[in-house]
Amino acid sequence: MQRAFFSFLAGALFGAGLLVSGMVDTTKVQGWLDVFGDWDPTLAFVMGGAIIPMAVAWRIAKRRETAVLGTPIPFRTEMRVDRDLVLGSLLFGAGWGLAGLCPGPALASLGFGGSGGLIFLLAMMAGMFATPAIRTRIERLAAAT
Amino acid sequence: MEQDWIWGLVGGLMIGSAGALYLLVNGRVMGASGILGGLVDRTGWSTAAERLAFIAGLIVIPPLMVPLYEVVDTHITGNVAVIVAAGLLVGIGTRLANGCTSGHGVCGISRLSLRGLVATVFYLLGGGLALVLFRHVLGVV
Repeated sequence: MQRAFFSFLAGALFGAGLLVSGMVDTTKVQGWLDVFGDWDPTLAFVMGGAIIPMAVAWRIAKRRETAVLGTPIPFRTEMRVDRDLVLGSLLFGAGWGLAGLCPGPALASLGFGGSGGLIFLLAMMAGMFATPAIRTRIERLAAAT
Repeated sequence: MEQDWIWGLVGGLMIGSAGALYLLVNGRVMGASGILGGLVDRTGWSTAAERLAFIAGLIVIPPLMVPLYEVVDTHITGNVAVIVAAGLLVGIGTRLANGCTSGHGVCGISRLSLRGLVATVFYLLGGGLALVLFRHVLGVV
């Protein structure tokens, strides 16, 4: 119950931050990615602002073995830079550029984003659902070549 | 607008504080695609309550704040084919790469993770290229 409460709080603060920062506005995101258009630097300030408290949190976490609620602090489990990381990020970036939405803002804007936002979220969840099968295919293809 | 960067910074600090809370209290890395994706593909069902609570906060709170503003518009395209294609790409891409802007970007870069940095370089590249091709060449978005 406690875990769910603090989890809700984190989600709420994340969502509020996304709204305040303007990252639920797809034109601001596309404005940042579109270096040949009317360039909008807002996203850099959002990223920079978000990294500051998070970097402090990692420093604090380093000195602890468990989080406040007893879970072990998640240290690096996977360090490899592999094909799926690069390919996946390229595909994700392409979709992000096309619609101007990434997973966080897609959820945060669900309540006021209209049918377009809902369709995006459903398509995104369908993609997530299909990924284990797609990953198997990619591995088979890579093994065959 | 001129003040956009200030609100960007303020919102960013809130997002980072949310990630800090999730890490230090719950002991989890705050990644939107991972939290949702684990529910969708069932790999995270053992921690479903925590994930659902996070998503509930993320969905419920922003609309309650909308009245504070004159206008809040996502300005999402009306082209349904583009929306569906983009949604599929974001869903598949973030799960293949095991993270998105929050997980790899905010949480990864802040601990100088090589995977987070590489992912961020490539999703920015993917986004930039998509806009060059689909906006400046094809004029679709």
